[in-house]
Parts: sequence; C-alpha cells; structure tokens
Amino acid sequence: MPQIAQLAATYSSQIFWMLIFFGFTFFVVGRGMVPKVMDTVAQRDKQIADDLAAAERARAQADAEEEAWRTRENANRAEAQALIAEARAKAAAVTTERLATAQVAIDATLAEAETRISEARRSAAAEIEDVAADATRDIVSRIAGLTLDDGAVRSAVKENLVHG
Amino acid sequence: MHQFSIQPLFGSEGWSIAGYNIAFTNSTLWMAIAAVTLAFFVAGGMKRQLVPGRWQMAVESFTGFIDGMLAANVGPGGKKYVPYIFSLFMFILFANFLGLLPLGVIGLHAFTFTSHFSATGVLAVLSFAIVLIVGFAKHKLHFFSLFVPHGTPVIMIPLIFCVELISFLVRPFSLGLRLFVAMMAGHVLLEVLSSFVISSGNAGIGLFAIAGLPSFILMVGICALELLVAGIQAYVFALLTCVYLNDAENLH
Repeated sequence: MPQIAQLAATYSSQIFWMLIFFGFTFFVVGRGMVPKVMDTVAQRDKQIADDLAAAERARAQADAEEEAWRTRENANRAEAQALIAEARAKAAAVTTERLATAQVAIDATLAEAETRISEARRSAAAEIEDVAADATRDIVSRIAGLTLDDGAVRSAVKENLVHG
Repeated sequence: MHQFSIQPLFGSEGWSIAGYNIAFTNSTLWMAIAAVTLAFFVAGGMKRQLVPGRWQMAVESFTGFIDGMLAANVGPGGKKYVPYIFSLFMFILFANFLGLLPLGVIGLHAFTFTSHFSATGVLAVLSFAIVLIVGFAKHKLHFFSLFVPHGTPVIMIPLIFCVELISFLVRPFSLGLRLFVAMMAGHVLLEVLSSFVISSGNAGIGLFAIAGLPSFILMVGICALELLVAGIQAYVFALLTCVYLNDAENLH
C-alpha cells in the first residue's frame, strides 16, 4: 500500500504541494472568482425582484387610476342625471304655470260670457215687460176704454209675469 | 497498487526546503491539473451576463448549491464561508473525477491524489483548524460548552464532556480517512476486476466467458458507481465541514 509505504518519503512533498495548490484554488478561485459569480447572481435576483416590484407598482397605479376614473365617471353621470332632472322639473313648472294662466283666461272669458248672458236675459225680460205693458195698456184702452197710467200697468204686468 | 505509488517527475526528487523533501511528483501534477481545470471552469462562468449561457449557468448552479448548503446548515452567518467550502468541494470533486479519467487507453496514467491520506489529511486538518479558530475567536472559552449538551444532568457532565471531546477530536481523522478510503476502495475494486478480465482472458476463452465477461460487465456498472461516489464524497466532505462550522458559528 504505497500510501503507507511511501509515507515517510513523500509526506512533506504531499503536504507542501497540497497547501500550494489548494491555496491557489482558494485564493484565485474561491476568493477571486466566486464572489463575482455570486454577485452576478445576486444582481440578477435583485433586478428580477425590482422588475416585479415595478410591475406591481404599475398595476397598483393602474388600479388607482381606474378607480379615480370610475369615481369621476360616476360623478359626471350623477351630474348629468341632476341636470336632466332639473330640466324636467323646470319644464314641468313652466307647463303648469302656462296651464294655470290659460285656465285663468278661460275662467275670465267664461265669467264675462255668463255676465253677458245674464245681462242679455235681464234686458230681454225688461223688453218683454215693456212689450207686455204696452200690449196690456192697448188692450185695456181698446176693450175697456180706460186710460191707465203707465206705473199701474207696469206693476200689474210685473206681478203677472212673476206669478205666471 | 502501482496506480497509487508516488513518483517524482522532471528529476525533482532532490528538491527540498529546510531538509524536507518537496519533490514535484505525479500526485503534485494532478493537484496542479485539478486546480488549473477548476480555475478554467470557474473563469468560463464569469461572463457576468444578465441572461446566463450554459457555462455560466453551470458555474452559477455550483455556487448556488454551496450557498444553499451553507444557508441550510449554518444559517445567515454561513455566507462568509462560501469561498472556502466552494474551493473545498470543487477541488475534491475535480480531483476525484480527473482521477477516474480513462487516460490509460492513450498511455497516460491518471492519479487520484484524494486516495492518499497525506493529501486528504491536509484538507481535513485545514477544515478542523478553521472550525477551532472560528469557534474560539467567536465564543472564547465558552466554546467548550459545545461538549456539554443542553439538559445533561450535573453528575453526568464529566463523562459526557469526555465523550463529546473525543468525538470532536476524531472529526479531522474521520473527515480525511473517509475520502481516502472511498476513493482508494473504488480504484482497488476496479483494478481487481480488471485483473480478473485480463488473466481469465489469457487463460482461455472458456474461463473468459465464465469469469472475465461478467467481471467486465460488473466493471462498467462499478465505473458508474465510482462517478457517483466521486460526487458524493466531495459532497460529504463539504457537508460535514458545513456541519462542523455550524457548531463553531452557533454552538448548539
């Protein structure tokens, strides 16, 4: 077994060169290169994390903007509804007012017409009375030869007209 | 066993520092190949593109794997050990895989230096030393409370302390020996089976059909198993180091 048989002759060479080459590996590869490789990995991981965070932020911002848009849109819609309601109310008020005016005018016309009718009826009644009184005086003067004064004939006619 | 023998290369057997021999051996050569290949592999993944290519993805998945292992076993304090654990895991992984390369078919001989405990021991002692240094630097003498689990009855404390201390001190040995044994066992198994194939083939066609051919089929399966073991042993070494570092970092 050369490991033991040659030990006395080779141990110093083995230890010395092992330290040299493992030392080379440790200082050149382990200390020199590995941190740079790990740094690259860490940088990449950081970039990925940053990109993800940026995407997340952008999404949140888009959400916020959409929310704001929605709020604005709702406000606009409500405002439009309010405008429509107001216009409708205004139009209704105007219509009512115009109707009322028209009603008043119609009422006035009606009242006037009724007054006129009743006046006409009264004057017609007076004329009938006159005609009746004249006719009565004529008849009385012709049949009885009486000349009655105007006032008596008129009151008698009026009495007859009233009582039928 | 020839595959495990260490031979100096390039006439370097006389090299020494302060009387200690530091010959540049075939083991050293494969350490160098593992280190350079690993550096090449990781350097290829340093394009630092935002959208990684295949190579960069491969390197990043390895660093992510080590990072995840430390995060799971040590917690947030484990981040600073990523360079060490990554070096450890990848160096052992590359050593194990490079040692399994079928270079024999082109006349070269791969050498698995992780099948030598003089090499794995260095890594194990290094990990253990880091655990000790971190533990004592972070918790001072309070680190010894690691050897007395919560809820131990007072009367049991001396005994438990000794048991826990021994199990703690055995860690570097178990760490180094496990890797060495696993790698060596696999290579020996393949060597034994391949010797069956060759000697039965030399003995005659009948024996080859009975012993050689099944051995060869078994070898194919065991080669796949060895690839798995190469990965698992590197993982186990790195994972246990993480677990030990967790003790040092967080106590219990």
